[in-house]
Amino acid sequence: MRGKPVSRAIRMIVILTVLTGLVYPFAITGVAQLLFPLSANGSLLTRNGTVIGSELIGQPFTDPKYFWSRPSATEPFSDNAALSGASNDAPTNPALLQTIARRAQELRHADPLNTAPIPVDLVTASGSGLDPHISIASALYQLPRVARARRLDPSIVRTLVDRCTEGRTFGLLGEPRVNVLQLNLALDRLGGAPR
Amino acid sequence: MTIVGAGYIAAYLIALLLLSKPLGAYMARIYQGERTFLDPVVGPLERFVYRLAGIDPHEEMDWKSNAIAMLLFNLAGFILLYLLQRVQQWLPLNPLRFGPVGADTAFNAAVSFTSNTNWQSYGGETTMSHLTQMAGMTVQNFASAATGMAVLALFIRGLARHSARTIGNFWVDLTRSILYVLLPLSLLLSLVLVSQGVVQNLSGPVRAHLLDPTVDASDRPVMEQSIAMGPVASQVAIKHLGTNGGGFFNANAAHPFENPTPLTDFLLVLSQGVIAAAFCVTFGRMVKDPRQGRALLTVMMALLTAGILATTFAESASVPTMTALGIDQHASPLNPGGNMEGKEMRFGITPSALFATVTTATSCGAVDGMHDSFTPLGGLVPLVMMQLGEVVLGGVGSGLYGMLVFVIVAVFVAGLLVGRTPEYLGHKLEAFEMKMASLLILIMPVTVLVLTAVAVVTAGGRAGIHNPGPHGFSEILYAFTSQGNNNGSAFAGIDAGTPFYNLLGALAMLIGRYWLAVPTLALAGSLARKNAVPPSDGTLPTHTSLFQFWLTAVILIVGALNFLPALALGPIVEHLMMIH
Repeated sequence: MRGKPVSRAIRMIVILTVLTGLVYPFAITGVAQLLFPLSANGSLLTRNGTVIGSELIGQPFTDPKYFWSRPSATEPFSDNAALSGASNDAPTNPALLQTIARRAQELRHADPLNTAPIPVDLVTASGSGLDPHISIASALYQLPRVARARRLDPSIVRTLVDRCTEGRTFGLLGEPRVNVLQLNLALDRLGGAPR
Repeated sequence: MTIVGAGYIAAYLIALLLLSKPLGAYMARIYQGERTFLDPVVGPLERFVYRLAGIDPHEEMDWKSNAIAMLLFNLAGFILLYLLQRVQQWLPLNPLRFGPVGADTAFNAAVSFTSNTNWQSYGGETTMSHLTQMAGMTVQNFASAATGMAVLALFIRGLARHSARTIGNFWVDLTRSILYVLLPLSLLLSLVLVSQGVVQNLSGPVRAHLLDPTVDASDRPVMEQSIAMGPVASQVAIKHLGTNGGGFFNANAAHPFENPTPLTDFLLVLSQGVIAAAFCVTFGRMVKDPRQGRALLTVMMALLTAGILATTFAESASVPTMTALGIDQHASPLNPGGNMEGKEMRFGITPSALFATVTTATSCGAVDGMHDSFTPLGGLVPLVMMQLGEVVLGGVGSGLYGMLVFVIVAVFVAGLLVGRTPEYLGHKLEAFEMKMASLLILIMPVTVLVLTAVAVVTAGGRAGIHNPGPHGFSEILYAFTSQGNNNGSAFAGIDAGTPFYNLLGALAMLIGRYWLAVPTLALAGSLARKNAVPPSDGTLPTHTSLFQFWLTAVILIVGALNFLPALALGPIVEHLMMIH
């Protein structure tokens, strides 16, 4: 029954391709679709029957009445979920510092009364370019602008921010954070959003 | 560093140690051919595989037959993966109708995935069909990991045996690595990943209406977001367990669909260390002296802990250039602080810094934040972790056999100092062993430094640079360090998708993998043949704290002598420029 090494090598890679390249991923797909259909298909969010995004994937926001996401370096537009990516700029790269200065200026321009320092995550691009979260500090920084644009009492907006905040897992893993798309959807649901 | 950050690091190290013992004991049974609780399920499948492949599981082979088997299996895998990428346009499961992958990129990717490097000069979601990801990339994630594990099992048998001609059977070790270790763990992990939000489907991209439409770079309106999908969880699980590291998506483990929550981040970074750590325990059991395995694990954990702490400190400090712009970088319960460029909010500083250190220490190479955007010293640590030769945990299998070569060198140098014949685990270390060990330790730095030098002085090499100044040099040094050590992570600003980098990089990966694996097997064959030397008063014990300290020093001195000049030109001078 002993084969030659060449024939064994070929047979082995074919067997493994079938087992680990077809049977295994198909089996996982089947079980995942059965047990976790929502998350296996992208944790999609719908409004009035149309898909308006994924709770895990960030979207670009530029309107002052919305909370803005973290900057994204994807091409050719921000939060392009068809091609994820980062700036890969080094902190010593003058181009990055110019970009950060421009983002800070845009934030200040949208809310000239706000003289608080800008939290770092709100002016730095994420690793995926699809970061769905901002820090609590970044949400609070933008809160006066959003409340004013929507003519809402800041305390109401604050309640929504708190509701869209996730803490650290087990108090230890990751960072407390706010899901921007869910927060903006909640704001839109409140009504009173002049378009 | 914050208190939560310190707790996170401690939790990681403790979890790694706690898991390594039972898994290591289990793997010792696997490689000694003993029965395990999985036998009723996996046993029939295992025997079926042997029958189909024409393998006699009881056949014992010498080191040469094993080396030939390993090389032929990897060659077959390489050819299949290359062809699959080149003909994917005619095959099913290609919802975006991707054309064939370019010849030089496909060549680089095929070398990269068969050599357990998983360097990627392409973006997954815009290049590879679902079928290529599954039947190509995923298969090599298993096959290349199991190759490393099999070579280690053969090497350990070389150390455990005396007066023996054979060191086991590559085919059996390969099959058992996959069926008893990698596949069951991957099944478990991929389902946990899906439950957390990693996608697992065969669909094309989903279109979503943007809440706040935007414009693209040429001011055209963008109303929709096209969200890439695919069979991600099944690939990501083995990508970390097998220390492969090649992402389904371009952004790798920073992508929310590969790594959606802090919990998945912790599990993934744990997965990439756990098999390598467990192998130390396996080694101790197989040579019938658990203290030997514990000693090596201690050395690895000490170096790893130092690296994690250094990266965390570097990344959590304020970047002076950003402070000057009035940006708040102080960590608080509301603000992650530190250097957040290229990092994900859900992870923050400490988990990203720990991930970067572990992924380079283990030769995994997956990233959950972009190393190119790390501070100069934060990027230095991942470089050093690789430049030590991927022996701090290292790749599954390859890490421990690399470490054992350092042990042989350490024993030899210690023997020279006291004027006694060096011996390790009852084997006399003689001229042949030292030739092989020197070769194994010198090939990597020579490859990395020569190729870096070539790239720096040629137009094709310099064309790939993204960041100006010393950081641009670091990008080139990182690229060849990563490929020469089969890591696969990158200072990803570098444009490596050119024939120059694809071909030169492939050369580095081939040398880094096979030119090391074959002398390792030769060493195993030679050690197994030797007659047992009973320990005497003059034998240097290799499990004591003194020896652990000595081994650490040897690893650090060899690494420092090789790479300090290059590091001084890159991250070190960049750091000095930044703080001024």
